[in-house]
Amino acid sequence: MNRFLRGSAVTILIVGVLLPILSQVIWSFAGSWFFPALWPQQWGVKAWRYLLSPSSQVGVALWNSALLACTVVGLAVIIGLPAARVLGLHHFRGKQWVTWLITAPLFVPTLVVIMGIHILFIRYNLADTFMGVVLVHLIPALPYFILVMSSVFANYATEFEETARTLGADPLRTFWYITLPTIFPGLTVAMLFTFLVSWSQYITTVLIGGGRVVSLPMILFPFISATSHANAAAVSLVFIFPAILILILTSRTLGASSDAMGSIGRV
Amino acid sequence: MFLPICVNVWLHRSRPPGTRSLADLSAPELAEGVESVEGAEPHVEAVKFAPFVKIFDYQMLRSESFRIWLMLAPALAIIVLLFVGGVFVGLGQSLDYMPIIGLETPTARHYLNILTDPDFYTSLVLTLYIALTSTLLAMVLAIAVALLLRRHFTGSRIVTFIFQLPLPVPHLVAAAGMVLLLTQSGLLARLAHQAGWLEQPNQFPVLVFDRWQVATILVYLWKEIPFIGLVVLATLKGVGQEYEEIAQTLGANRWQRFRYVLLPLLMPGLITTGIIVFAYVFGSFEIPLLLGQRYPNVLPVTAYRAYIDPDLNQRPESMAMGMVITVIVIVLLNLALRFSRRIRQEG
Repeated sequence: MNRFLRGSAVTILIVGVLLPILSQVIWSFAGSWFFPALWPQQWGVKAWRYLLSPSSQVGVALWNSALLACTVVGLAVIIGLPAARVLGLHHFRGKQWVTWLITAPLFVPTLVVIMGIHILFIRYNLADTFMGVVLVHLIPALPYFILVMSSVFANYATEFEETARTLGADPLRTFWYITLPTIFPGLTVAMLFTFLVSWSQYITTVLIGGGRVVSLPMILFPFISATSHANAAAVSLVFIFPAILILILTSRTLGASSDAMGSIGRV
Repeated sequence: MFLPICVNVWLHRSRPPGTRSLADLSAPELAEGVESVEGAEPHVEAVKFAPFVKIFDYQMLRSESFRIWLMLAPALAIIVLLFVGGVFVGLGQSLDYMPIIGLETPTARHYLNILTDPDFYTSLVLTLYIALTSTLLAMVLAIAVALLLRRHFTGSRIVTFIFQLPLPVPHLVAAAGMVLLLTQSGLLARLAHQAGWLEQPNQFPVLVFDRWQVATILVYLWKEIPFIGLVVLATLKGVGQEYEEIAQTLGANRWQRFRYVLLPLLMPGLITTGIIVFAYVFGSFEIPLLLGQRYPNVLPVTAYRAYIDPDLNQRPESMAMGMVITVIVIVLLNLALRFSRRIRQEG
């Protein structure tokens, strides 16, 4: 009985997780699929052909989304790594305030922040530009990166660095040969998930990009609200692809003892 | 002026003035021993920046606390400029206080306008209902799934992997999937037809674009159960089963073991993730905008609609609504934190 119960619970779990994704895979290849058929009456690649045509703008959006996310990750690493190191390794006066300030953007709705800052972006010619969008993506992405990396640094021992320095290595070499290899697994996870934070941004890109910077979610959104099923499903699958790839890459580190998950329990 | 000091400080982290690294020594010097290095010329940079060093206390600049704040500076600058700046400019706009365009007398009338509007409270109740339902259901179901997955069984690794799948998936994709399942001609309606429960699509309950936003809540559940569940699972695996076994030998039944042994251990992680989920759901608006009704809809959607309204007079009101949303989130988070602290003290 117990085994039967567990079996059905596991089945419900798997179906519940996979059904929304699998139905999109089927829909994207459906030529015609009317109620009440459980299976498409006709298969086709119309949605995919439309995606590949230049008029759909999917190619441009894909490129923009990837470029945006990569720039955001790069900036988050440069700006966030020193801060994360300090928060993970040092105790100093005012640390609580700094932690509070850095985590606050995760709790205050991004919409509120960007509605406020929009007027300044217009004034300083950052609205409707790529760089402006990068900056607003940093508002949710940077705190996220710092939070994850600071918990990586909390479990980091500085003894090897000190040894290297005693032996005459300069700070740059110490960072390259000692620090970087040690934090590399955690850093990879943090970078990939920061990539996803930027990759999933919708409203920030819409408001600050002003329609000039077109990203993938901006193509997807109208298809969903118009219940244009096949097209929405196809764009969804393109949009989801890096996410699945990242999950497969990190699933080993994401498990029970991971730093990235541990950071959440300790906020 | 600031930059050379930084450079100076950075250089001297590696090489304090008056010393040379081993590589700088010539062979005879090495042969003579280290004593002869004592009189060696100070390092070039120290001479070059000597004036600054005199003006600013050099020891202070080399001190750890200076380095700490130097390393924090870029991140703090970004967050203060963009985040704190955004909130304060929004606050200014909500009060009609914008000196740069000549508005210099603050007024609270936009706040009065929204707070006396019954529609605001309809939205507020809807927002609270969606956020609370999603968060609490996600917490309960996450515990259930974590308890299911903590033990080893055939295929448990694969099931755990599948369980993680929604974690990196964007909310919009989840919304697109839910639409395919839940509309009146969606997959669930077709299954119900197949089972003979209904004849026509319109006999299927309205779950998308409806007042109670069932689809919205399901999207949040699909996304957030794995998030909370993985944290709970990590705690469970870290704790092991010893405590429960001890409780069992002391005569605790299943429910007691869960209530008095496991739950207190899970509480800290549950509360933190619950707070994160609640704050996210309360403030996010893409999913309710897509899957909800035009009116009434959640506060962030109402604020956004007011913001993009062609009537520019609506903008200060949208800002005021944004500020109210922020205050509500902060107050509720504080309550949750206080609650969790009390629980921790009792535990």
